[in-house]
Formats: sequence, structure tokens, C-alpha cells
Amino acid sequence: MSTEKYTPTLEEQQNLLDKLTADAKQAGYNINPDSEFMLVLMEGLLINKERYGYQACPCRLASGDKAEDLDLICPCDYRDPDLDEYGACYCALYVSKSIAKGQAEAEPIPDRRVSLKKASNNEDQKLNTNFPQLGKLSYPVYRCKVCGYLCAREHPPEICPICKVTKERFERFI
Amino acid sequence: MIEKKHVDGEQKTEIVVYALSTCGWCRKTKAYLKELGIAYDYIDVDRLEREDKQAVLKSLKEFGSDGSYPTTIINNKDVVTGYDVDRIDELLGQY
Repeated sequence: MSTEKYTPTLEEQQNLLDKLTADAKQAGYNINPDSEFMLVLMEGLLINKERYGYQACPCRLASGDKAEDLDLICPCDYRDPDLDEYGACYCALYVSKSIAKGQAEAEPIPDRRVSLKKASNNEDQKLNTNFPQLGKLSYPVYRCKVCGYLCAREHPPEICPICKVTKERFERFI
Repeated sequence: MIEKKHVDGEQKTEIVVYALSTCGWCRKTKAYLKELGIAYDYIDVDRLEREDKQAVLKSLKEFGSDGSYPTTIINNKDVVTGYDVDRIDELLGQY
């Protein structure tokens, strides 16, 4: 068993938590009100960042290959559908408004990534060709796979203005 | 042989928690077993070296695990996926 060299300090965990909380608030998301649980997740995110070079979901096993792990970099591609269906993301970092207010509790949920891989129907990867006006569009349309933000421009933005994920999380939509 | 970490307690049956060291639900599962005062072993799969990791993933698959964490194997046969204390209680009730 290898030994982890890096252990994030409480201050680093708290700083990340503060940043995530501010970003979530600005983008209209809610984070888990259980601060003890949140610090565990912050520690996990910081360890993963050090270990892999990106903040892979703390509750999923990353491969270490960024291209393969893109969908599970926090916020992951499954956060929004999980919030819609279960009121929490897989690791319960992001939660519904009622959980954030303490009116309900975050429960463990099945991993949508695992079920999608089983189905292995990557419909959303396909370019949408059902638009009759396609040839007339002056710009391609890109979609953020995390929050669904759409933009019509030559290239996707460096950072999603809504959820702050990086360029590579965008797909060509139209 | 992959080294398991042992947590002392009442020896009911063999319990192995396959966890990620970074995961909140895995921590809760370990904490729950500790709170029950039951002896268990755990492996933090994310901390394993590549070869050991592959071996563990293969064996988890054989147990029927879907590859999510934590996966708790009780008495070398029953599989509990995720943080599911009701299922753990139910299975441990047999011992």
C-alpha cells in the first residue's frame, strides 16, 4: 500500500469550502450544510487534485487519465440530473434547497455514471442534426456538459461562465 | 496479498470495506461499524499501487460489485453497495 504524502491542512480545506460555497451561491446551487461532512469532501478534492492534477470526484475511483475522467471532475456531468432526481449529487456535496435548509437529509444515491456506462448509450455525444436551419447558422453551438449552458461562437469559452468548469467539458451541440 | 487495515472490535464475522480514502460515504460506513463496536478490515482502493488496484477491482467484480464505493463484503459472500446501514444491520443480524 502506498503512503499518501500530501495531507491538506484544515485551512486549505476551509479555503476550498469557502470558494465552493461562494461559487455555488453565485450560480444558484446549494451545498451540503453538514460542514464536517463537507470538510471530508474538501480534503478528498484537494488530495485528488494533488494526486491526479484535477479535482476528481472524491467518491469515485478516478483512472488518472484526464480524458477518461473528464466527466467525473467536480462538478461532475451527473450533478444536475442527480440533483433533479435525488436532491443531491453522488457524493452529496451539492444538494437541493430543502436539504441545504435542513428540511431534509442527503441520502446515498446510486452512481449514475455506473448505470450510464452499463447502458453505454452515449446519445448526448452525438451532434444534433435535426435542425433544418443547420447550414445557415453563422456559428456552431457549444453545450456545457455540466450545467447545460449553450453558446454560439467559434470555440467554447475557456471557463463556463455559469458553473466555472474548463473548456474541455464542452461538447459541440449544433 | 493485499494488506488490509484492521479495526478492532467484537469479532462477528469477516467484514471487509472496500473504500476510497477521499469519500464521505466511505468514511460514514467505517464510522458506523466502529460505532457498533464490530471488528472489520478495510482497503482504501484509491491508495493502492496500480497492480494491487487491478487485482482488487477484478475481485470486486467477481463478487458482483458494480464498482461504486464503499462496497462492503460480509462473510466473503454478501455485498453491500454504498452507505447502507439498514442492509449492514440486516446481514450482521445473522451472526
